[in-house]
Amino acid sequence: MAIIVERKRLSFWERTYLPQILSGLYITLKNFFAPKVTLEYPDQQPVIPQGYRGAPVLVCDSDGRHKCVSCQLCEFVCPSKAIKVTPSAIPEDSQYAFIEKGPADFQIDMSRCIYCGLCQEACPEQAIFMGSEFSINAYTRAGLVRHKDDLYKIGGVVPDKIMKWQKIKEREAK
Amino acid sequence: MENQKVKVNINGADYEVAAGLNILEACKSLGIEIPFFCYHPSLKVAGSCRMCLVQMGTPARDRATGAPILDENGVQKIAWMPKPVISCGTKVSEGMHILTDSEYVADCRRAVLEFLLLNHPLDCPICDKAGECKLQEYTHAYGRQTSRYVEEKNIKRKKRPLGTKIMVDAERCIQCSRCIRFCKEFIGKSILGFTKRGSKVEIGFYDNADNDSNYLLNVVDGCPVGALTETAFRFKMRTWFLKTTESICGESSAGVNTRVWSRGGKIYRITPRQNPFVNDMFMSDSGRYTFKKYEQRRLDHATIDASPCQTEYAVSRASEILKLGGVAIVANGWQSVEEMYLLGELAKACGAKIYMASHPQPDDGKLVSAEGAPNIRGALITGIISEYPKPNLGDLERQIQGGGVKTILCFGEDLAVLGLQHLLKGVNVIYCGALENDTSAEAKICLPLYSEFEKDGLWVNRQFRIQRFKKAVDAPKAAVNDIDFIAGLLRDATGESFKIPSVGALRAVIASKNEILKDCASVPSSGLVLDGSKFSAIEFPEAAAINFAGATSSKAGE
Repeated sequence: MAIIVERKRLSFWERTYLPQILSGLYITLKNFFAPKVTLEYPDQQPVIPQGYRGAPVLVCDSDGRHKCVSCQLCEFVCPSKAIKVTPSAIPEDSQYAFIEKGPADFQIDMSRCIYCGLCQEACPEQAIFMGSEFSINAYTRAGLVRHKDDLYKIGGVVPDKIMKWQKIKEREAK
Repeated sequence: MENQKVKVNINGADYEVAAGLNILEACKSLGIEIPFFCYHPSLKVAGSCRMCLVQMGTPARDRATGAPILDENGVQKIAWMPKPVISCGTKVSEGMHILTDSEYVADCRRAVLEFLLLNHPLDCPICDKAGECKLQEYTHAYGRQTSRYVEEKNIKRKKRPLGTKIMVDAERCIQCSRCIRFCKEFIGKSILGFTKRGSKVEIGFYDNADNDSNYLLNVVDGCPVGALTETAFRFKMRTWFLKTTESICGESSAGVNTRVWSRGGKIYRITPRQNPFVNDMFMSDSGRYTFKKYEQRRLDHATIDASPCQTEYAVSRASEILKLGGVAIVANGWQSVEEMYLLGELAKACGAKIYMASHPQPDDGKLVSAEGAPNIRGALITGIISEYPKPNLGDLERQIQGGGVKTILCFGEDLAVLGLQHLLKGVNVIYCGALENDTSAEAKICLPLYSEFEKDGLWVNRQFRIQRFKKAVDAPKAAVNDIDFIAGLLRDATGESFKIPSVGALRAVIASKNEILKDCASVPSSGLVLDGSKFSAIEFPEAAAINFAGATSSKAGE
């Protein structure tokens, strides 16, 4: 059933359009004298707020231990299939050999990543974080695929409150 | 006992189940799930995990007179056991009442899981069993979601190699003793055992003892947690990424049912698939690595006189050479029944004779038979050979020496090994197969075909059981499907223009033409026994297969 809506009749001033034009000009003029908010990107870089979801990176703990144990849950959860982990055993001569497992390679294809942050959410070791990077470019497709070493370099250190593996090592030493 | 039924009441509903079953099997046959760790349908009952606890009661009787005790309505009372019973170790009896869904049973399961998890390291992210771990699944389904344990967990030995094939992590072990029982009962050797007591119990073995067996990896499949993991598969891929395909082991004519686990065209492991008529739930360790040879020696391009060429060109050249006559065909026991049928037709069209060789190997009395080729009986049934092949090609050798053979169309066999090395120079060899060998290197034309992991097909095992294997991974781009190749040659040889049949269409044709194979178009996943009485005069080298189906026909499965 169609509803007929009666059109409201415009008043005299409304029909002149002048009040609307003037109020619009007032807003424009007000911003003309207000402080500038536009950033001269890329000469100026924005301040990235806390909790920003930029490019995913791998991190080390405060001891400099690579935190990823290559459980591949990020690879599993990734909706755009950007992550590819090659799991391997940690070599016997490493001081972290007791952790047993770590990635031989960890690839994130930045041309596929959609910055959803599910990898960070799925990670049981808090090894992958959404960083602050938002502008990623390269000359080739392969250049957009980041590997383990690059990811740890960009990620840096995120202090670990729990230090689970250190506790396990101390416990085993007893 | 056979076919006897008893009436039981499970969760308030009446059912009839086979007598002699335990409660766990009875419930499973009715679709009622009871969680369990230590129970294994093919091993003796241990009753050590306590996960399958249920409430059980039997009709009450007066102890003195044996008369039924009735309630006020005149119905016989149920004398409930004061404590829960383990369903794996309790047989069903007439009138038994069972509760599997009560709050009390749920509480038992929660408590058992809490005890099992007390000293469990919870290292699922680095554990290879994650995704197929019973402890993980049951904790999710029946466990409490938080831990109340504040004390320190026990420390046990981790990462301890058992031989070269298995890595043992004692911390993850829940002491179900399945591996111990498997070694004792199936392998017939005590390899694993428990040491220490109470919560300090550890799964252990002697470092310097003879711990090897060709069936040891079955304990990895049987382990409900990640305490025993396969060294070759360790840290290779998480199980949830792997696609499974039903297949048949090509190691011997035992025809072990397998599952091929692959991802992205790469095979990661092969595990046994349950078939009570063939292999139950077991397979040999050597059979698990049959895919490795294709990683090492896969033929991935066609060659003519050892120089690479397009596959289509090589196929057309092969067809031309076959038209010159004087053809001998060497088939092999890894070809499917469908291919053998087509090969028979091709041999008729070319006037060629088909030769075959057997591949004798030691029979271990279990799941590796004395014949290395899985489908010799398929060749007998399709009629491409009439007697059991010899381990060499002596007949063909005499034919070549007699000058009757100018071209050998060889499927996958290494003629050099089979005693023809000195004669290969004098004839045109067209080699087609999935693997490289000395013959492929010397052949006039060499063509890559599909391997058993890359195609669908049927094999007939030593029990004359026809079984289906399916395509698990894609073949290399240059390879040509065996059926397309043979049917293409047949078309050129006969001059008839027919459409190259699909596997399904071909099975229908075979079913209509061959009386023994009349049901081959619809082979169930457990296989189908064919009538082998026609070949009773032939002396087969294999020992009889173990009868796993035995007394209990319905088994719970893994």
